[in-house]
Amino acid sequence: MDFGRISRRHLLQGSAALTLGTALGARSALAADTTIGFIYVGSRDDYGYNQAHAQGAAALKKMPGLKIIEEEKVAETDAVEKTMESMINLDGATLLFPTSFGYYNPHMIKMASKFPKLRFEHCGGLWSDKDPKNAGSYFGYIDEAQYISGIVAGYSTKTNKLGFVAAKPIPQVLRNINAFTLGAKLANPKATTQVIFTGDWSMPVKEAEATNSLIDQGVDVLTCHVDGPKTMVENAARRGAMVCGYHVNQSPLAPKAYLTGAEWNWEALYPKFVKMIASGQEIPNFYRGGLKEEIVKVSPYGEAVSAEARKHADDIKAKLTGGDYVIFKGPIVDNKGKTAIATGTDRGQKDPELEKMDYLVEGVIGATS
Amino acid sequence: MTSGVADPVEGVAISPAADPGFLQRYGGTIEYILIPGAALVGALGVFGIFVALFGKSPLDLYFYMYQGAFGTWFSWQNALTRAAPLILTALCTALPAQLGMVIIGGEGALLIGALAATGAALMMQSAPPLVVQLTMVCAGMIGGGLWIMLSGGLRQYRGVNETISSLLLVYIALAILNHLVEGMMRDPASLNKPSTREIGAANMIGSIPGTDVHWGLVFGIVAAIASYILIYHTVFGFAARVAGGNIRAARIVGLSVGKLIMTICFLAGASAGLAGMVEVAAVQGRTNANLAAGYGFTGILVAFLARQNPLAIIPVAILLGGISASGGLLQRRLGLPDASVQVLQGIIFVFVLASDALYGRLGFLRGRS
Repeated sequence: MDFGRISRRHLLQGSAALTLGTALGARSALAADTTIGFIYVGSRDDYGYNQAHAQGAAALKKMPGLKIIEEEKVAETDAVEKTMESMINLDGATLLFPTSFGYYNPHMIKMASKFPKLRFEHCGGLWSDKDPKNAGSYFGYIDEAQYISGIVAGYSTKTNKLGFVAAKPIPQVLRNINAFTLGAKLANPKATTQVIFTGDWSMPVKEAEATNSLIDQGVDVLTCHVDGPKTMVENAARRGAMVCGYHVNQSPLAPKAYLTGAEWNWEALYPKFVKMIASGQEIPNFYRGGLKEEIVKVSPYGEAVSAEARKHADDIKAKLTGGDYVIFKGPIVDNKGKTAIATGTDRGQKDPELEKMDYLVEGVIGATS
Repeated sequence: MTSGVADPVEGVAISPAADPGFLQRYGGTIEYILIPGAALVGALGVFGIFVALFGKSPLDLYFYMYQGAFGTWFSWQNALTRAAPLILTALCTALPAQLGMVIIGGEGALLIGALAATGAALMMQSAPPLVVQLTMVCAGMIGGGLWIMLSGGLRQYRGVNETISSLLLVYIALAILNHLVEGMMRDPASLNKPSTREIGAANMIGSIPGTDVHWGLVFGIVAAIASYILIYHTVFGFAARVAGGNIRAARIVGLSVGKLIMTICFLAGASAGLAGMVEVAAVQGRTNANLAAGYGFTGILVAFLARQNPLAIIPVAILLGGISASGGLLQRRLGLPDASVQVLQGIIFVFVLASDALYGRLGFLRGRS
């Protein structure tokens, strides 16, 4: 058998290709064969947070001259530092996207200081001017899309009870719950949102329990903010409830029950970043935007969404896209009766006060602690 | 594949057979190296078949595994960094195993050790770094030690199965950690990722000079060697092994089994607690949910693969560190999912456990024909 000979040749080819690849990658910063590394904290087909980024990576794969390498389920420990270094040392990556919130500090900061000539882009919006200049952090105001979901949900509910399966009572999540509820109340003043916190980002069992418990209480439209909405969407659809998605379009999981959803639009942003680099433009270290900047988007409406709901939602969406609509507009009272935003105060998209949100608005049933 | 397993067996068997004294003296040691080695080769063979079923070349697989784990100086450092916490958490299972106890709660001791070390560091911010670091070591070890002592005490004085109790204590430890990190110990600035305050850059223990590997590796190796001496070369260790062999006989000869259990459990927990301290002082710089990365659970695997021998833990941890270091390369180059590394770990585990049946049955190693 010449099995042995083939194998040896194969091995040699492999090692030669490898050495060549690394050498080329290391030399050229942004030549024809730019290698871009994506790191995900969970599985890249989770119908959620990680899949949204993987879709962005997939959009880059279609562009000529780019080599995309990906690694999934990388823990937020020194494992991610080693993954970044491995992508740099063994694959010659020059642009890295560590996409999970917890990758930033200290891990990505450490790597950005160690490799000052390479570019690091993190999802989460954490960059401050103390951080390295070759590091950046981007994020989207996805509460705008949640607001649209809320409007659709407000029209679609028959029991006036909406449900929200949430991970942790942190500002980003609270902002989504509040935007969803404000949208629902705009469409349907009688609507309330019952929220259940599961305590962590990926807890399928608790997410299923929360979904069932919400439906048992009469909730007929659900949405969520966890890493993988799949559990909620499938369970809710099976129980006959309707859903608004999150992170990516989950309508393939529940074609009949899916109303709309708040989605990331990384497949628009990542190619934009790469084009900016290629044309010698600087990517701002702190990069944010909402519907207007095409960083977030709204899923196409499902068949169950009424014409009235579509019209109202499209109208508000157009205003948000135009940039002249404020979601968090005083007076806003929290669900304990305290004034959260005073009459006459507009808290626009970029208002730093919204980043510290620690309350649930009137109409939300639930507590932050 | 089968010939690869059989060859080394024959090779060793032929040459020294002329000198039966050699085999009588070293047969046992050879057995301890040969059988797990053959199990490892067998497991890699089966994994190769598994990968071939996915249409990937097993030879590429072995090449990339070698490349990612030990192929370059960077890969070595990657493997060693990942091995560091595993040595310490493996001791948490291996030490009680000398007494015949199966403790699988190293993860809990790691979390409590990390919390205790962080708490200690935060309380003495004005002290010189060396004092802070030593206090962190003590606090981490005492915290973790007391945690596993709980399991030991429950078994000794309440007859609770230590395997179950130590596992359940992991979830309690995680709940305590989340409670403190999201409440009392929370840094108010950590908005979207609840964390404690940072222990301060000056108090970090850094890397071994000339490498990227943090000091946890040295802590682990020292702890493993100390454990080996304790178990095999002291009266205390002898007593522990007697009690592990036959607890009733140990009581009859007057050994204080309760004291042995409590001491060994304390030392076991102290190792895992030290791993937690290292994660804080060398990697994360603070405590948050990132610490629950599963090192405690991988440590169980390491301890069993090392047949609970503290010295063997060192190479086994490095090997598993290498496998997990190469996992990224397998994902990137071969497009294998992350779970494939877990499949490999599982296959190795089954092979090593099954190979237990071979000890003492390889006649040629006993100087018999």
